[in-house]
Amino acid sequence: MRRVTAIRNGTVIDHIPSGQAMRVLEMLNMNKTTSVPVSMVMNVPSKKMGTKDIIKVEDRELTQDELNRLALVAPEAHVAIIRAYSVAEKMTIQIGEEVTNVVRCTFSNCITTNPREPLAHRLRVMGREPLVLRCHYCGRPQDLEKLIGNLL
Amino acid sequence: MAGLITMDDLSNDEIQSILNDAERLLPVAEGKIYLPLLQGKILGNLFFEPSTRTRMSFETAMKRLGGDVVNLGDVKTSSVVKGETLFDTIQMVDGYTDIIAMRHPRQGAAQYAQDAARVPILNGGDGAGHHPTQTMLDLFTIKQAHGRLDGLKVVLAGDLRYGRTVHSLSHALTRFGCELVFASPKLLRMPAEIVEDLSAHGANVVETEDLLSSLADADVVYMTRIQKERFADEDEYTKVAGAYKLHASNLEGTKEDMIIMHPLPRVDEIHPSVDKTRHARYFEQAFNGVVARMALLCRLLGVTVPEDIPSAGGEF
Repeated sequence: MRRVTAIRNGTVIDHIPSGQAMRVLEMLNMNKTTSVPVSMVMNVPSKKMGTKDIIKVEDRELTQDELNRLALVAPEAHVAIIRAYSVAEKMTIQIGEEVTNVVRCTFSNCITTNPREPLAHRLRVMGREPLVLRCHYCGRPQDLEKLIGNLL
Repeated sequence: MAGLITMDDLSNDEIQSILNDAERLLPVAEGKIYLPLLQGKILGNLFFEPSTRTRMSFETAMKRLGGDVVNLGDVKTSSVVKGETLFDTIQMVDGYTDIIAMRHPRQGAAQYAQDAARVPILNGGDGAGHHPTQTMLDLFTIKQAHGRLDGLKVVLAGDLRYGRTVHSLSHALTRFGCELVFASPKLLRMPAEIVEDLSAHGANVVETEDLLSSLADADVVYMTRIQKERFADEDEYTKVAGAYKLHASNLEGTKEDMIIMHPLPRVDEIHPSVDKTRHARYFEQAFNGVVARMALLCRLLGVTVPEDIPSAGGEF
């Protein structure tokens, strides 16, 4: 059963873990300020995941950098760029050695808690499955749940 | 080598080589030989929080080697109080100096400064993070006493949670295959992530609340100060801190060559009766801050310490 109609142009983000769609929008800064149509379905059946969320963003092609921000909440998400109702490109989230300028370190005494300090917020990727991150500066391991509350 | 932010910036061979340099520099640190290896070089001392030994020993180290020092001075009268960022402060001092020694209340500040600077940063303590120059002088003191670093049994006692000296030191000792005993009250245990890190590197770690029964076969006992303000009430502090005090009478039955160290200042965790025993090494340890930092300054500034210092140096 199709719950949301196909889009002509834009981006489809599939295989988002159930319940994380709102966070994905938040991480893409699309929860408040976007002007393009965005459709979202939550908790739909999935063979692979049991249930999943899906987001469709019309008339906007997300960049690889934007997608990589999703590593914290939906590392397995599949992304398709749609042009003229067809899949023009498939993309996957790539986690590099660092997560840069996506979130701020969760440690309250880290040097980066001063919002006026200009250097990039850098979290080093110590492990991928599960995702393990440490602040480049203070070295503290990061609690992913807390980290999502520190989006930049 | 850029700077020294954590002990991970040094390999075991580099540690040994710097300790050997330090050993040869002893007569220079004692003022017996004049050896101006760092003439024309300027150290920037940036201490954003109080320091006596670290700041003074950096200054002494630089001056014994013929170099000069500029100080940030009291933070309350510097541009920091006007709201200057660390980034901006570093940009300025970077232009004035050849190398910077820094202590800062925020964890990660030293790495941040290194990323902002062109000159090497020597981390003199960042929050509860790292204090690698202290570790180098601690290792120097241990090597001086035991002739080696590997395979020793080291008891670290007191405040292991907030004490940055023990964080850096335990990482380094693990790399030399030492057996570690962490003796602390529950509230002040070594942070779990550090114990995990050490275990991942193959450390042999025992955690206990009982300091006195850990002394018998120890080669090194490293005491730290338990601070009153870490406890909710004074009664709790008195009860807990009492179990982490050493008196000369506690040292009977310990190894002949066991040494007691302390990063200082001490309050009452080491009774003055210990000072006169053959085990006390904390004042030598404080002096070793000068010689270890001399060796580090030379290394980071790319200056080779001569093999034969008596013939390289001159008299005053």
